[in-house]
Amino acid sequence: MARLSASARRPLSLWRRLDLAARWLFPSVTLLAGLLALGLPFGLPGQASLRPALAVGCVFFWSIYRPASLPAALTGVIGLVLDLLDYTPPGLWAVLLLCLQWLTIALRHQLVGMKFRLIWAVFAGFALGAMTLAWAGQSLLCATLLPIWPSALAAGAAIALYPALAAGLIRAHRGAAAVELA
Amino acid sequence: MIRLSIPLRQALSKLTFPVMLTLSLGVVLVGRADQAFDAHLRAGFDDLTAPVYALAAPPVLALVNSTGAVGHLVALASENAQLRAENARLAQWQAVALALEAQNNALKAALNYMPANAPAAVTGEVVADTGGIYSRSVLVLVPTPGNNAPSLIGAVAMDGRGVAGRVIEQGTRAARVLLITDINSRIPVALGPGGAPALMAGTNGDDPTLLYWSPGNPPNEGDVVLTSAQGGAFPPGLPVGVVHYNAQNNPVVLPFADLPALRLLRLFTYPQTLPELTPIPHVAPTARHVPTAPQAHHRRH
Repeated sequence: MARLSASARRPLSLWRRLDLAARWLFPSVTLLAGLLALGLPFGLPGQASLRPALAVGCVFFWSIYRPASLPAALTGVIGLVLDLLDYTPPGLWAVLLLCLQWLTIALRHQLVGMKFRLIWAVFAGFALGAMTLAWAGQSLLCATLLPIWPSALAAGAAIALYPALAAGLIRAHRGAAAVELA
Repeated sequence: MIRLSIPLRQALSKLTFPVMLTLSLGVVLVGRADQAFDAHLRAGFDDLTAPVYALAAPPVLALVNSTGAVGHLVALASENAQLRAENARLAQWQAVALALEAQNNALKAALNYMPANAPAAVTGEVVADTGGIYSRSVLVLVPTPGNNAPSLIGAVAMDGRGVAGRVIEQGTRAARVLLITDINSRIPVALGPGGAPALMAGTNGDDPTLLYWSPGNPPNEGDVVLTSAQGGAFPPGLPVGVVHYNAQNNPVVLPFADLPALRLLRLFTYPQTLPELTPIPHVAPTARHVPTAPQAHHRRH
């Protein structure tokens, strides 16, 4: 706490402002870069299902630990970019990610104190819900019953990769994305 | 920096969520109601991302294919030997091909064969695999179209081996190709030497299925699948794949085109003499070409 108040009292020079802005933008910029990078021809199996998995995982994580760094406006833009990259009806993932963020922020005081396995279980429920809603929304908007297995695969990828994703993001949370260390 | 009082800031931060949610829902509704808005948004976004992908893709491809500079040098000697052997073999085949070409020309002359108009082709590099979990499409770099250049929408995309898909969207830098494995893809095909008609439908899986073949005449394992001119979407006779019965004993098509690893695609624009019966128009929706009477009745009814 002492370090925080000391850093808050330091004058806001140009470099420090740049540092603050870079740290504040870290979550959204890395997520956008990740979404775009998953469009490169790596030839990974099920590469398309990794994109919604990454978005859901990152929005969930940052909404728990650093909600101020991922404001709703940026989440909406990220959702729209995901829609345009994924060829889903535009706005669908924006709505889903905003709802996920709202729900996570509403529960974050309970979630922050939990053990990782419990957080993971909650995330599994959220990821399943989001992918099911994405499937239902797309089926509704296309007026055809789409097969559910690609959504199930995406939910599986999101749940299976969350520990690895969280391990990377927690380092960023303590280092590169820590606005209070600027 | 604009300084706001703390209560005002809190009120604003509480407002952003409902405002963004309303905006997103609005985008969903507008996108559903106005397909042109949707297409415009996507084409603009693809044009923005295409140069980024064009810059980022070559190093990734070099890594994935392990044809980086070092790997190349190591394999150089063995590759040269292999190429020499292959060249000798191809020289023999060239003689065979020339003989066959002469024979073919003689036979065509005897039949009074009328060759079809050659299609215009554009070759483009595949820079991104931008399909989602419910779509199979790739982004292809295309040269900026001139004023009189025909629209690429509806063009047939082929790799070196067979049909890969059709162009559904064109911007100024990139075109989006809907692959034959996409769930929205329906292609009339001709099976085997008899050219039995059927419909090839994408499933978002690796191999498209076959529908609506004639009941007494099921597709045979190993039959070559060619495109059919029925419906006017495709020119006849382009190679698509071979028939295979999968584990569920359903006939599927194993595509010739290397769909999981497309690198270069040729986009063929066929002359617009085909009737417009297909969901993907042959011309861009903004500048709709009204076919003249003889063109419209090119097929007998």
